Amino acid sequence: MNGPLLEVADLNVIYKTYEGTVAAVNGVEFSLEAGRTLGLVGESGAGKTTTALSIMGLVPSPPGIITSGSVNFAGKNLLSLSEKEMKKIRGNHISMIFQDPMTSLNPVVTVGVQISEALVAHQNLSEAEAEKKAMEMLEKVQIPGQRYREYPHEFSGGMRQRVVIAMALACNPGLIIADEPTTALDVTIQAQVLELMRSLKEEFSTAMIMITHDLGVVGEVCDHVAVMYAGRIVETGSLEQIFGNARHPYTLGLFRCIPDIEEETSKIRPIEGLMPDPLDLPSGCPFHPRCPQCMDLCRTVVPGVLDDGGHRVMCHLYGKGGAVHG
Amino acid sequence: MLRYFLKRLMFLIPVLLGVSVVIFSIVHLAPGDPAEVMLGPSATQEEITNLREQLGLTKPLYVQYGIFLTNALKGDLGRSIKSNAPVVDEIMERFPATLTLAVLGMIFAIAIGLPLGILAALKQNTWVDALCSFFALVGFSIPNFWVGLMLMLLLSIYIPILPSSGFDSWKNFIMPTIVLGIQTMAVIARMTRSSMLEVIRQDYVRTARAKGISDRLVLTRHILGNVLIPVVTIAGIYFGHQLGGVVITETIFSIPGLGRLIVDAIRAQDYPVVQGGVLFFALCVGIVNLLVDLLYAVLDPRIKAQYRAAK
Amino acid sequence: MNNENGTLFAPSSGRTKEREKRRSPWWEVWRRLRRNKAAVAGMSVVILLVVVAVLAPVLAPYDPNQTNIKMRLQGPSSEHPLGTDNFGRDMLSRIIYGSRISLYVGFVAVGIGAVFGGILGAIGGYYGGRLDNFIMRCMDVLLAIPQIILAIAIVGALGTSLLNLMIAVGISQLPRYARVVRASALTVRGQEYVEAARAVGASDARIILENILPNCMAPIIVQSTLGVAQAILSAAALSFLGLGIQPPTAEWGSMLSSGRQFLRNAPYLTFFPGLAISVVVLALNIFGDGLRDSLDPKLRQ
Repeated sequence: MNGPLLEVADLNVIYKTYEGTVAAVNGVEFSLEAGRTLGLVGESGAGKTTTALSIMGLVPSPPGIITSGSVNFAGKNLLSLSEKEMKKIRGNHISMIFQDPMTSLNPVVTVGVQISEALVAHQNLSEAEAEKKAMEMLEKVQIPGQRYREYPHEFSGGMRQRVVIAMALACNPGLIIADEPTTALDVTIQAQVLELMRSLKEEFSTAMIMITHDLGVVGEVCDHVAVMYAGRIVETGSLEQIFGNARHPYTLGLFRCIPDIEEETSKIRPIEGLMPDPLDLPSGCPFHPRCPQCMDLCRTVVPGVLDDGGHRVMCHLYGKGGAVHG
Repeated sequence: MLRYFLKRLMFLIPVLLGVSVVIFSIVHLAPGDPAEVMLGPSATQEEITNLREQLGLTKPLYVQYGIFLTNALKGDLGRSIKSNAPVVDEIMERFPATLTLAVLGMIFAIAIGLPLGILAALKQNTWVDALCSFFALVGFSIPNFWVGLMLMLLLSIYIPILPSSGFDSWKNFIMPTIVLGIQTMAVIARMTRSSMLEVIRQDYVRTARAKGISDRLVLTRHILGNVLIPVVTIAGIYFGHQLGGVVITETIFSIPGLGRLIVDAIRAQDYPVVQGGVLFFALCVGIVNLLVDLLYAVLDPRIKAQYRAAK
Repeated sequence: MNNENGTLFAPSSGRTKEREKRRSPWWEVWRRLRRNKAAVAGMSVVILLVVVAVLAPVLAPYDPNQTNIKMRLQGPSSEHPLGTDNFGRDMLSRIIYGSRISLYVGFVAVGIGAVFGGILGAIGGYYGGRLDNFIMRCMDVLLAIPQIILAIAIVGALGTSLLNLMIAVGISQLPRYARVVRASALTVRGQEYVEAARAVGASDARIILENILPNCMAPIIVQSTLGVAQAILSAAALSFLGLGIQPPTAEWGSMLSSGRQFLRNAPYLTFFPGLAISVVVLALNIFGDGLRDSLDPKLRQ
């Protein structure tokens, strides 16, 4: 295939609320090759989920508005598609796994129907064929196919998330967006589910966007990493580039938050301060109030992007020219 | 399931016992003397005393209650003072009309209230929502007897297309059905709206949308299935309330049903009919609640599982 | 009904947070209520009606019970804006005076229901166990009889009078207050400050009054507002059936009932009293809805 599978450019999303306008996503850009995995990292409220929902065309509206940008998927700008055309993409070519398996399955519909309905909608299968395929999918996520007729409440949390994974993979999509798929699970289950996702991703050769706040998860499953802060991607690059040579003070801060068993615990240092109020973002670099290396320039001018062999950083420490006023 | 049903049926017994105590006390606290009522003003003191003896009114109250209860369990609610017919017969003669009305009223309430609530929620914060919500609030607030009279004025007097009384053709049912169902309709509409707004925000609805299935399927399979659960609860509760409404409806449209039987009996101090009628109403309410419980199990597999577990 | 008071993001703004700190919770409720246009409209109508009821002798153009056979069944005119009834009494004056009875019955009946229901609920919730069980089963019994039928039976037994009407409507409303108060009593019961009060030897009655009651004021106020609306409807229905306020007293339900026989020739006799009931009940319901939303922003979108 020519070019990347997914290319997001200059994406801007706002939420209009009574209290004011929330700038949730500000000029996000990234691309993803077929079959690869991108880790979208950041604290909650950084705009990761909104970015994902924009790709899916599911930004809640009102209050959400995509003000500009493009999302090119397999040569089509998804943002210019009609709702009807978008329905053919959703669940078929791009599917999404949500955070909480306890709430993302409908309690009054059997898991089988919840898996097979995407097949019926997109692959023109009859109910019976879809049922057979859905049972196969259940087996793929290591759940006995005969549990097809059971309801979500009859499954444990980890099993429910596997049902959700089976749902997402049912139509063999080109891209899966997984929004913190393991956060709500027990630690012991997390590793199992992650391993399952990785092996199924290989088997189906699906590209994936893994949204997480856990750099450990990123290290295990991703090829590329994009770090988000206050609606912007502040640093992006290959796994090696980010893990071996992180540059942005925020990314460095995130790494310092990971406990390292081999080193002394005293090295864990949380990033001071809180995410800025999205209603009232700071001027200049959004990270400057919390940045240990803040300069005068950072307070007034939004930094430009420095591209160093695919390793892109948005920080005045590295970018000389190219500053964007805003 | 069956065992659960039987268990719930057993719960009904203390409630009905309670109702019998309450209504027996209310009726026997009444100042009037049934014997005097029966014999009319021309009766002599001796005749009254004899009749009191005969009716068992000279016995202590708890003995009278005991007799009433044992007979009631045998299906004998005594005889009407006015007509001397068995109360059970009087009730059964009037019950079909009332049941028809109650069921029609409920169908009307659901048929109008549910779509109204769904529409309001789908168009939240638009003028459609405002209109539906206001309509529901009005339906909840206007006295149903007034609605009845205004309908009658409009459809029987100004544009005479519907009969104002009687009980023989389907046309007779239209206005009483509206009068009886309007408040329940309003309650169902309000409940449906708020329940929809709650369900629409749920993660599983977003999951369903993310699958790219049609909006119609999202609505019918994923939203409505969950919306109906609280709506059925409120409809069940209101069914009892609505059953009371037959008193008004039957009075306005001269329908010979249970409601009018009770009102007439109270006016005539015909206490066995009052007692039996109220007890019968309570029985109906209890049975409806039981049916609603069973309906839950159909709508919500989690509750069904609980029923199975609670053997 | 509108999202004017967008409570969703209220706490996130620094400015409002500071302001909130300085204000009492009731001030906050009032602030939210004021923003709800519908609720303010409802409240204004209720206040207006109370004023009309209080000033009835001043506002009414005629004596509501002054009969005038020559002027019977006159349609609306400049002299009698709402017409006259079959005894020639001025309908406008009767409706104005009727507001007194309706509001009086509504408030007193709710008072009876709320006080007794509240006491039962507080006792049940606070002591729990068998007593609670017994009280709640009694409420179930009351709920098993359709409200209006219960009220009819009570009025039938006690006889028709204003007081009996209020008692009947009040009793039929008991369960809803008992439930509300019991629910908050249950949540408060296990709280540490109640345990602390008990430890220092406060009497049960005092704990209930000082700790449990303030805690359930919000739901009680909402229930009472909606309850007054219900009570006015029930009372009017009973009067309509001839089991409530008796003629010649000017009461909307019984006016409707007596106007019924003139439906064909003098429809205004039934139209205006019904309209009056509808307006009061609608206003109370809108106000009650708004109050509930203001007291519990979590319930809103």
